Amino acid sequence: MLEVLILFPIAIAALSLVTSHYQFRSWLLPISSGLHLLLSVLLAIGWFPATGEWIGLDALSRLVLITTSLLFFGCAIYAVGYLDIRRDRGNKVMVPCLLIFLSAMTLAIVARHLGLIWMAVEATTISSAPLIYFNRNRLSIEATWKYLLICSVGIALAMLGILFIAYSALGGGSPVCLHLDTLLSNATTLSRPWLHAGFVFLLVGFGTKMGLAPLHTWKPDAYGEAPGLVGALLAGGLTSVAFLAILRGVQLMTAAGSGDLARQALLGMGMFSLLLAAIFMVRQPDIKRLLAYSSVEHMGILAIGVGIGGMATFGAMLHLINNALTKGGLFLAAGNIQRAYNSKNISEIRGAMVTLPISGTLFLAGFLAITGSPPFGPFISEFTILRGIFGSDRMVIGMLVLLFLAIVFIGMGATILTATQGEPAEEPPQFQDRILLYISPLCFMLLILLIGVYIPEPIQAALHQAAALLEVHP
Amino acid sequence: MIGSLALSLTIHLALLLLFAPLLQGVITKTKALFAGRVGAPLLQPYYDLARLMRKGFVFSRTTTWVFQAGPVVGLAVPLLASLLIPFGGLAAPISFEGDFILFVYLFALSRFFTATAALDTGSSFEGMGAAREVTFSCLAEPTMLFTLLVLARLSGGLSLNTLFGKHLLDAWHSEAGTSLGLILVCLFVVLLVENSRIPFDDPNTHLELTMIHEVMVLDHSGPAFGMILYGASLKMMVLGAIVVRLALPWQTGWWLSDALLFMAGLIAMAVFIGVIESIMARLRLPRVPQMLIGTSLLSIFALVLVLR
Amino acid sequence: MIELTNPLLLAVILINFFTLGSARLGACIRVVALQGALLALLPLATHGMSGHALILGAGALLLKGIFIPTLLLRAIREVRIRREVEPIIGFVPTLIIGALTTAGAFIFADFLPLIAEHHEGFYVPTALATIFTGFLLLITRRKAITQILGYLLLENGIFIFGVLLSAAMPLMVEAGVLLDLLVGVFVMGIVLNQINREFSTLNTERLSALKE
Repeated sequence: MLEVLILFPIAIAALSLVTSHYQFRSWLLPISSGLHLLLSVLLAIGWFPATGEWIGLDALSRLVLITTSLLFFGCAIYAVGYLDIRRDRGNKVMVPCLLIFLSAMTLAIVARHLGLIWMAVEATTISSAPLIYFNRNRLSIEATWKYLLICSVGIALAMLGILFIAYSALGGGSPVCLHLDTLLSNATTLSRPWLHAGFVFLLVGFGTKMGLAPLHTWKPDAYGEAPGLVGALLAGGLTSVAFLAILRGVQLMTAAGSGDLARQALLGMGMFSLLLAAIFMVRQPDIKRLLAYSSVEHMGILAIGVGIGGMATFGAMLHLINNALTKGGLFLAAGNIQRAYNSKNISEIRGAMVTLPISGTLFLAGFLAITGSPPFGPFISEFTILRGIFGSDRMVIGMLVLLFLAIVFIGMGATILTATQGEPAEEPPQFQDRILLYISPLCFMLLILLIGVYIPEPIQAALHQAAALLEVHP
Repeated sequence: MIGSLALSLTIHLALLLLFAPLLQGVITKTKALFAGRVGAPLLQPYYDLARLMRKGFVFSRTTTWVFQAGPVVGLAVPLLASLLIPFGGLAAPISFEGDFILFVYLFALSRFFTATAALDTGSSFEGMGAAREVTFSCLAEPTMLFTLLVLARLSGGLSLNTLFGKHLLDAWHSEAGTSLGLILVCLFVVLLVENSRIPFDDPNTHLELTMIHEVMVLDHSGPAFGMILYGASLKMMVLGAIVVRLALPWQTGWWLSDALLFMAGLIAMAVFIGVIESIMARLRLPRVPQMLIGTSLLSIFALVLVLR
Repeated sequence: MIELTNPLLLAVILINFFTLGSARLGACIRVVALQGALLALLPLATHGMSGHALILGAGALLLKGIFIPTLLLRAIREVRIRREVEPIIGFVPTLIIGALTTAGAFIFADFLPLIAEHHEGFYVPTALATIFTGFLLLITRRKAITQILGYLLLENGIFIFGVLLSAAMPLMVEAGVLLDLLVGVFVMGIVLNQINREFSTLNTERLSALKE
């Protein structure tokens, strides 16, 4: 059944290429992603068997799969409305690329062979490049070029890391194999130096894709120039997929007994990401670049959560969902605001809550959520991570994280409050809220609010299982 | 003992003095054939030398003895250097520890005299040529030294005789073969640079601005020019001897067959140079130093490979 | 095995030097193609005539040796750019850095805990040296197309290391990796064309509007 999940978006992508009806092509997106979401849920709750040597689901991938699928579904509904008002650009590239992107992400999530994961992640880079170039102007070319080159090079390093891991099996005397399950069961026999080197390269490579500092340089450009819905998919979906790939490395290192090293590396990169994001978010006049740096910040928080371990790992798993949905909502709302003002700079955006009552409010709510204000979900997850940090007696790290979060709150608040509050300009905006363009961010925000108030029992269990996978000791 | 030294000296010098100009002839012939011409006869360099020797000396009044010393040193140095290196299977008549350093610096000496002789005329063209020649040689020198170091490392000795000894044949088949291949290329480039061949310099150019080596000897004439030409062909043979020895390390043990193999190798090399000159254009001047630094790096790399 | 592969790998290193030192774009693309073709022989030279090695070699030859270079050559023909490399750091310094890192790779490889049978060959140092060279090209060249060449060299370096481990990479995955490379370069080529259309140059220094 997993194969169907991966292959049918490609089939629909092919179908979208042969149809000539514009609206029908747009509607293929929500139809297929709705089907994808349905199948994913059925697979996750175990209706179909989903284990195998090459592709299979475990607690971690189940979590990421559902999150990504949900995010994609929301973005697909938004896409119908968005493509309707962007008829000048057409959807002949956008729709198939989005569907291939979905397929590649799915494969990267469910793959249980390191080479297959690599292949799928590289495919996501390639299929998302045309999406970033959607606006076809000088700035978007620049962003696309940087994204393509930096990510491809980063991913190439991840390949080297994977080969090092394969070599560690050779050095340890076991047969060379890159199946995750085999590697995990033989983990103790792997040759340590090669495994460590492999993990570092894996971290650097997929870290580039995930946007951990100092490998995040493509992120503000790509997120800033891509359409809002693509930004949402990259910031919420793709980063989670890359994070999952890193988590596979952590799993392996933990199983081999070198988990501490992996955690320290993650912790270091996480702290650095948080620091850098905090610095760049202060006085950031561009709302989309602001969101990109916020994405760097949250990747940092995810890395710190896993780096600390214990309760913080559970927090990180929860945060993965929260980040994906909140970022999705924020980017979609920011896209609407950009459309209304024909700008994404706060020098021209004033009073978004008056001009676009729904999108503006959602944007403000998203800001409150992503900076960890109660009662939204990220508050719970960030709080859990902080409890984990303080619980493991790392006072300095805890204080630093709190400090950075405070800076982020102030920096982000300054920009977003300027954009949403105040009196709008006299001239009537060219764009009004419409249902297709605010329903998805609205639902995302409601879900985040729900998670903040109450986490259902099955989800909690799933999160615990996912966290447990990262905590196995030999 | 004295007798065998005298014999090997005689063979060495006879080979060198009689055979050297033929190489120039072979190169010219090859180029002519490539261009579809009949070309000058193979022995033309000999006729040229004889013609020049019959002429009288003409010296500018502004020049001093330095101007006359240039050609003399230019002829004496290759003669001396030839005694230090083995000609194919024929061992060098004179050999001592560390003679390869003397070998390298003998050529520096001759270059010094050629350049000062050129400067002595006071002509601006010749000064420019001297500057270029010295620059390029400077850059070629490290390559030469590093390749000799590679050979020293492989042989374990420090004299040219051991450097180019019998072990070369085995070395080609061992792991060091790759290093030998690299330094063979480097030495060949050095040979082309030192003898002012295409693609580094064009011996047949007619425009003073583009000349490097030829412009330096413009003011020489008659027997002095003859000595320069003769010295140049000797130099080509001496440096060629190294390349040939490296490329053809076989040794029969009988001096005549060794000498024949050596000469065949030299002629093959001359043909190869002729082919290169026919199919390549001259490099732009700024690219020459880049190329030479490239070969220096290659030779260093070869050294690292054998030191590993 | 070493007799056959070492000269092959040495040629790969020489091509690395050439790409660092050459000023002509067309020549650079052609030697990178040659490197790809040489690398296609590597699996055969290493593992002998097995089906896996044959298919891998044929795939590499087609993609790295023929298809991608043709694509790039066509790109430089179509965009009619100045066919010079335009380095940020001069040719000689990059050459020197390249040679130093290559020598360093050879020394470093001796300290790596390789298994016994890989100590002799040049695989690991060549792989490392090629990866470094790729990085150097990526960093020190202005033109977008030379950056693609740098990326290709990087991939070639990884490919060399991968040949040692072809048992780990089933054919399906390897084919996928090569396909990714192809499509990646294809997309890069399209972006290249767009860059040229918008900016009338392939100089990446013009791509500097987006910054803090």
